[in-house]
Order: sequence, then structure tokens, then C-alpha cells
Amino acid sequence: MSRRIDELDESSQARLPCEDVLRILAEYRRDDEIVVTNQMSARVWPAFSEHELDFNYLSSTMGGAIPLALGLALAKPELQVIVLSGDGSLLMNLGCLATVVASNIENLTVVLLDNGLYEVTGGQQTAGSLAKVDFAAIARGCGIENSIAVQNAEHWRELISKRRTKCAIQFYAIKVDRISPATPRNSTTKVDEKIKALRERLTQKSVAHRQQSC
Amino acid sequence: MISPVNAIATLEAMGISHVVWIPDSLFGQWEGHLQNSSLRLIRVCREGEAWPLAAGLWAGGAQPLVIMQTTGLFESGDALRNVGFDLKCPLYAWIGVRNWLNPNSPDSARRFAVPQVDAWQLDHVWVENDGDFGRVKEHYADCRTAARLGIALIAEGAG
Repeated sequence: MSRRIDELDESSQARLPCEDVLRILAEYRRDDEIVVTNQMSARVWPAFSEHELDFNYLSSTMGGAIPLALGLALAKPELQVIVLSGDGSLLMNLGCLATVVASNIENLTVVLLDNGLYEVTGGQQTAGSLAKVDFAAIARGCGIENSIAVQNAEHWRELISKRRTKCAIQFYAIKVDRISPATPRNSTTKVDEKIKALRERLTQKSVAHRQQSC
Repeated sequence: MISPVNAIATLEAMGISHVVWIPDSLFGQWEGHLQNSSLRLIRVCREGEAWPLAAGLWAGGAQPLVIMQTTGLFESGDALRNVGFDLKCPLYAWIGVRNWLNPNSPDSARRFAVPQVDAWQLDHVWVENDGDFGRVKEHYADCRTAARLGIALIAEGAG
């Protein structure tokens, strides 16, 4: 079931702790799934997951995570790719959602962590938060039919645990709080070694993947 | 003169798997040939998408080529910086240089093309006609061997 964020009453719009969103994703992430993180999520994802198919894209170009994940999805159609993007990054590159759909893939999941802020630079408001942008509606308008505004932690758990992979592009928009200062941050160095290592894993051995009929 | 048939045949001979592009007036004439080739055409909405998308393709084991005009190179500078120099992905691109064949053109895209390529320290070769494609293939092979970013600058007329 999906509802637009602006259709929700005030009490159900409460932002989820970002850590809870990541913890639930890490819990249900499958072994044959590539996870691409970006900006703040790249800094904290290692506190929840250490997996050989993780790519913490940092340093990055803002708005680059979804295109990079799309490239992986195109090159490895037998694997599911999950990408975590912030709302500020997506706002810089909204057209990438049209590119995703036009690329005719079925193995990409976009998780939008929408805190309405440029968190890495100290928490300044984005234009999107002032404009009350409905990202799930934008994704749906770009042709992503499975586009859902996540309502609460239970909803997120249900969606991520029951999702079907390699069947259709998925877009989950989640309102989140800022990451707690107590959550450990990852080192931001050696991104070139990280992507090279990912490439070696993806090209030098076959990653066991589950077959699924849609 | 650059023939679309020879351009696409060159890309196929280079082993390119995906073309990530935004066309200009010259490249646009290649669309039908690309669609009828072994290459998979990926259409992006702005050039800043093209570089990280190609990086993802490369990380997944594909051999992408980026095609854009110099105006797109200007637009996508931060993405190029990150992918080429932070991620150090050895990507290859064909960049159309608008009005390069019109020496008296006042087009600022022409004026800043070479300074931009030099500023980014991009290893490059020029293509003015079909006879230059052999050099492009050699350059591509050299760049792959050295695992470095490279581009071919395609000399264009008005665009």
C-alpha cells in the first residue's frame, strides 16, 4: 500500500531514525545484492553492514550515486542493485530517474533518505524541503510504478522483507531524521581502491545469485 | 568527413559494449546506426549523469564509451573530476568540439574547448575524418593498458 506523503496526517509523518532504516535494510539485504551508498549514508553504512558487494561512494559527485548504481545494474542484470541516495543529491539530478526507466532494467532499488537537509555540510535546508517535494510522486511520474512513500518502520520492514528482486524498478521515499552524532562514521579515503575491488569481485568470480520468477 | 558507418564500426572494433550519450548535431546523425549495431545505447538527461553511469558499467565489467559535446564536458566537470581522478576509472569518451572546423567562429564553446581539455589534463587524440579512426583505436588500447582516462576530440562544424 502506498500513500503520498502529503496525504498522511501529521502524526504519521514522523521522521524515522535514519539508523533504524539502515539497520532494517542491512537485516534483509541478500547476499547477492550490491549496495551503493552515498554522502552521509556512505559514512555510516559500515556501522550496519560490511559486505563484499557494498560500495560506499565517498568521495563522490553529488547526484552521482543513482547513475553509478544504474551502470552496475546494466552491467550485471543477474544481480539486484540497491542504492541509497539523499534528497539533496537527488534534487541535483532528478532527470536520472527518467534515465533509469529509459534504460529498461528491472534490477534496481532506489532508497531515498529524505531528511530535507544538506546533512554533510551542517544541516542547511534544501529547496526541496521548503517546496515540500513529493519524491515518490516524481518517481511515479518518471515511470517507476513501484514507487512508495514509506510511512513508518513497520511499513519499511514489510516492504523490504517482502520485495521481489529483478522484477521491476523500485523506489522507496523515506522521511528520516539526521544521523545521530553517536553513530560511527566511516573513513572517506581510497574510493578508487574500493571501486576497483568491487570490479574485481564482480568480474573475476561469479557471484552466486538466486533465480526468481516474477 | 566522418561517416556514421565507420564511426560505429570503430566502436565495435574497440570492443565497446555501451554508449552513454547526449547527442549533438553531428552525433545525432548516428542514432539509427547505433540502434542497429551491437552497442547498447544509454540515453542520459544531462552530461553529469554520464560519467558515474559509465563508472558503474566499468565496475560491472562492461566497456562503456561516453559521447557528448564540449558543452556537456563543461557542464559535467565535477562528475568527470570525481570519476576520473577520485575513482580513477579508466573511461573513454568521444567529445564533439563544436565549430572546431570554423576557425573564425566566435563560439565561446570553441574558444574554451582546448583550454578545458588541458585544464583537466585529459589524454586525447583528434579526429577530423575517417582516416583518424585507426589512431583512435590505438589510443583507446593505450589508455586501457595504462588504466587511464582518455578522450577523442571529434572536430565538428557548426552545431
